[in-house]
Amino acid sequence: MLRNLKPKRRRLLFLLSGIFILGISLGLALLALNEQVDLFLTPTSLSKKTIEVNKRFKLGGLVKKNSIRRLEDGITTLFIITDNNMSIAAEFKGVLPNLFREGQGVVAEGKLNPQKIFIASKIFAKHDENYLPPEIADAIKKEGQWKGE
Amino acid sequence: MKKLHKLANPGKFYRLSEKILPWSNLLAISLCGLGLYLGLFVAPPDYQQGETVRIIYVHVPAATLASLVYAIMAITSAISFIWKNPLGSFIAKAAAPIGAAFTIIAIITGALWGKPTWGTWWIWDARLTSVLILFFLYLGYIGVWQIFEDQNKAAKAAAIIALVGAINLPIIKFSVDWWNTLHQGASIIRLDGPSIHSDILIPLIFMWLGFISYLISVLIIRIQSEITLQKIRAIQIMISEQK
Repeated sequence: MLRNLKPKRRRLLFLLSGIFILGISLGLALLALNEQVDLFLTPTSLSKKTIEVNKRFKLGGLVKKNSIRRLEDGITTLFIITDNNMSIAAEFKGVLPNLFREGQGVVAEGKLNPQKIFIASKIFAKHDENYLPPEIADAIKKEGQWKGE
Repeated sequence: MKKLHKLANPGKFYRLSEKILPWSNLLAISLCGLGLYLGLFVAPPDYQQGETVRIIYVHVPAATLASLVYAIMAITSAISFIWKNPLGSFIAKAAAPIGAAFTIIAIITGALWGKPTWGTWWIWDARLTSVLILFFLYLGYIGVWQIFEDQNKAAKAAAIIALVGAINLPIIKFSVDWWNTLHQGASIIRLDGPSIHSDILIPLIFMWLGFISYLISVLIIRIQSEITLQKIRAIQIMISEQK
């Protein structure tokens, strides 16, 4: 049947069906890999899994407000990672990125200790999609319209 | 004469592009100049990133064009594959190195921004990884043209790579929505409007239009030289056949 088609039509059909099949198979593959493609677990998704102590993974969320405490040794920071649903206490020794702030997104790489505290060995600050001049950000905060932190 | 006749269409393109080129050159220089001046000297810093935000004026135009050029490559490849149109494969072949350059610019400027902002040059999240794959697709596409001696076979193989790789484009665009990533979500093309303040957005738009004009200029020059090269090849074949 395909032989009767004009060569032009045949090539078009070949391309369309090829792209269609590839698209479907890639879509299914990505769907199956869904969790592995995610960069980090959130505290809520962590609570639904059982992760062994000392297994390395990445945990992401917001740094909970009023949760940052610096220990007296000067390099250890305690804070809480939250997704506004569940929270995990975290501990980090080292220099923090500039954007590490309360209410700000964070991705931490590390492991759980037996007390279920997340011992982070690397901290990445996550930037959101909002870009504002400082004066405007201050003005919005003053008016109490701030949606962020 | 048959071979020369086939190039009638590219010939028309050549003459038309000669008229566009001076204008796209002028626009590229003036828009990028204005955009850089506004972006580096007039636009305010960001409330969190500070001055680092100015990398956006190169990073975002380069990154969007990296995808756009691939889309152009895929569409013209499909045209050349289905209708056996030589101009389609000339455009795709000419576009590939430009797209690869935009991609590597986006990756490097992104790394320069990522270090002070995130605290790392690179992370294997879905957005960064899919853009790296885009870069390798460009390299693969360019490589295929070099492998085949027969230009018609090369055009066919390259077109298939371009079209298969096009599946990566929606993955790049939606990677930040489908999975959690360190890279932030879309700021400009969003349902509820841009989340970039207009003082930062306007220089960015100038830069973006400047990059587009630059793309048009470089693409025209590269397609013209591709057309000339093919004419030389056709003439060489004709001469050797007459002997």
